[in-house]
Amino acid sequence: MGPALRLVAQRLALGLLLLLMVSVVIFAGTMILPGDVAQSILGQSATPEALANLREELGVNDPALTRYFEWLFGVFRGDLGTALTNNQDILTSIVGRMQNTLFLAFWAALISVPLAIFLGLLAVRYRNRWPDKLISAVTLTSISIPEFLIGYVLMYFIGVQLGWAPTVATVYDGMSLGEKLHAIALPVAVLTLVVLAHMMRMTRAAILNVMQSAYVETAELKGLTMFKIIWRHAFPNSIAPIVNVVMLNLAYLVVGVVVIEVVFTYPGMGQYLVDHVAKRDIPVVQACGLIFAAVYIGLNMVADIVSILSNPRLRHPK
Amino acid sequence: MIANTPVSALIGLFLMALYFLMAIFAPLIAPYGMAEVVGGVWEPASANHLLGTDNIGRDLLTRMIYGGRTTIFIATAATLVSFTTGSVLGFFAAVAGGWVDQVLSRFVDLIMSIPTLIFALVVLSVMPVTIPVLIVVMGLLDSTRVYRLARAVAVDIEVMDFVEAARLRGEKTRWIIFREILPNALSPLVAEMGLRFIFMVLFVSTLSFLGLGVQPPAADWGGIVKENKDGIVYGIGAALWPAVAIATLAISVNLVADWVLNRTTSLKGGRG
Repeated sequence: MGPALRLVAQRLALGLLLLLMVSVVIFAGTMILPGDVAQSILGQSATPEALANLREELGVNDPALTRYFEWLFGVFRGDLGTALTNNQDILTSIVGRMQNTLFLAFWAALISVPLAIFLGLLAVRYRNRWPDKLISAVTLTSISIPEFLIGYVLMYFIGVQLGWAPTVATVYDGMSLGEKLHAIALPVAVLTLVVLAHMMRMTRAAILNVMQSAYVETAELKGLTMFKIIWRHAFPNSIAPIVNVVMLNLAYLVVGVVVIEVVFTYPGMGQYLVDHVAKRDIPVVQACGLIFAAVYIGLNMVADIVSILSNPRLRHPK
Repeated sequence: MIANTPVSALIGLFLMALYFLMAIFAPLIAPYGMAEVVGGVWEPASANHLLGTDNIGRDLLTRMIYGGRTTIFIATAATLVSFTTGSVLGFFAAVAGGWVDQVLSRFVDLIMSIPTLIFALVVLSVMPVTIPVLIVVMGLLDSTRVYRLARAVAVDIEVMDFVEAARLRGEKTRWIIFREILPNALSPLVAEMGLRFIFMVLFVSTLSFLGLGVQPPAADWGGIVKENKDGIVYGIGAALWPAVAIATLAISVNLVADWVLNRTTSLKGGRG
């Protein structure tokens, strides 16, 4: 077994261990906090009987460890429990919403990743000239702006004033792909803007790093054009850091999606989570929290594995 | 002093001062009462209501001024909680070393592997949403980032001769942390403070926007966006004002932090 494979196996095992620990943290976060959970769900005016019933339903009377393992084994079997508010099975509610969320994130990634890499290359090509400075200024601004502001600004100007795209992203099963894409045009645009800035800055930094190496100087002295140097020499060598950047930003996208779904009332996981946090529906919150954390950890793990695999020093052991 | 300050930092300082003064003197500046209904729903801007009125006829400028007060207060307090916890634990881990360092660092890695917003939502689903709870939850979640920075800086300082000297003359851990390491680690931490503050402003605004932060009738910028968002569809831009305030505050703090960072780079022993 090569050192690369061993490292990948290690990283996978670490990821799984991390996920297990995260499930403990999420469970502990909702259960062992100070104060009576049943009281905080029902409010101060709850009758003692209602409190006792809810405690029974939540299983608060069992020891915490028992409840954790019951929950964990349920998750392994694909049983996420039932929602307190409407007594529906959480898994069936989540599946459709998760597809919607992935649909949104997929299109945002499809647009933002190539665009970010292209703009990053452009910024390197015109380093310290006006295109680079303009791109830097725009990215600094977009990092300082909350996602929902970008959402409402686009909604106000593009959706309402110009009327080019619907302001509410409603998606249902009977829609054709074209209709769906039209419906999610604005949320995709916002998500693209949110991750574009980070991704572009880091792509620029990664390529600039490679540009300082000796072989790029050789290529320059050979008289290659600037664009050819970047495309043939700098870009292939910066693929690993760029893939890393892309993965980290996809992980960021997962969180950004929560806010954007609420802005555009899109029927996805984020909306589901936020609604049920407000209703204090703990089983739903635990399930959604675990899924979001798992996707986040998974993408970070893929980023690590890609950078291990793309390192030729590990791929060809001596 | 002023001659050497870049224009961007001056603009940042000016806006930052403006927002902080507005936050401190809110009751004196605000033209109306915070929750006072003074007109119709979503009146356009006029001489009486410079920014118009909000979704139930309160003066929007007044709401904005009080909202800034709440947002800035929560963000400042949470930044302080985050810095105190994060830097004390970070220094302690660096000085103690060994298994204490391992346990603390792995625990921080674990917390940081969960997206901050998601974790905050999970915790807030069982906690009563009040301002002190918000400050503590936000501050503790964010202290993981300060911990990493503080530990990294302290590990470099900890091997210096003067720390060794203090150890040899028999000083206790507390002395080493507060008298030897803290003064030398202060400038990178202060530069980081600006970024953490921005993050807190964005964080509390996002929570309030989602309806899980500051509760009405109290005003805060994220909450004002939430209250007025339905107007957007009818072409009423009331929800855009607090969002613009958040963005300008964040950008101006960013500009100032950049300037402070550049000025103090030489003090960081070339690490900057």
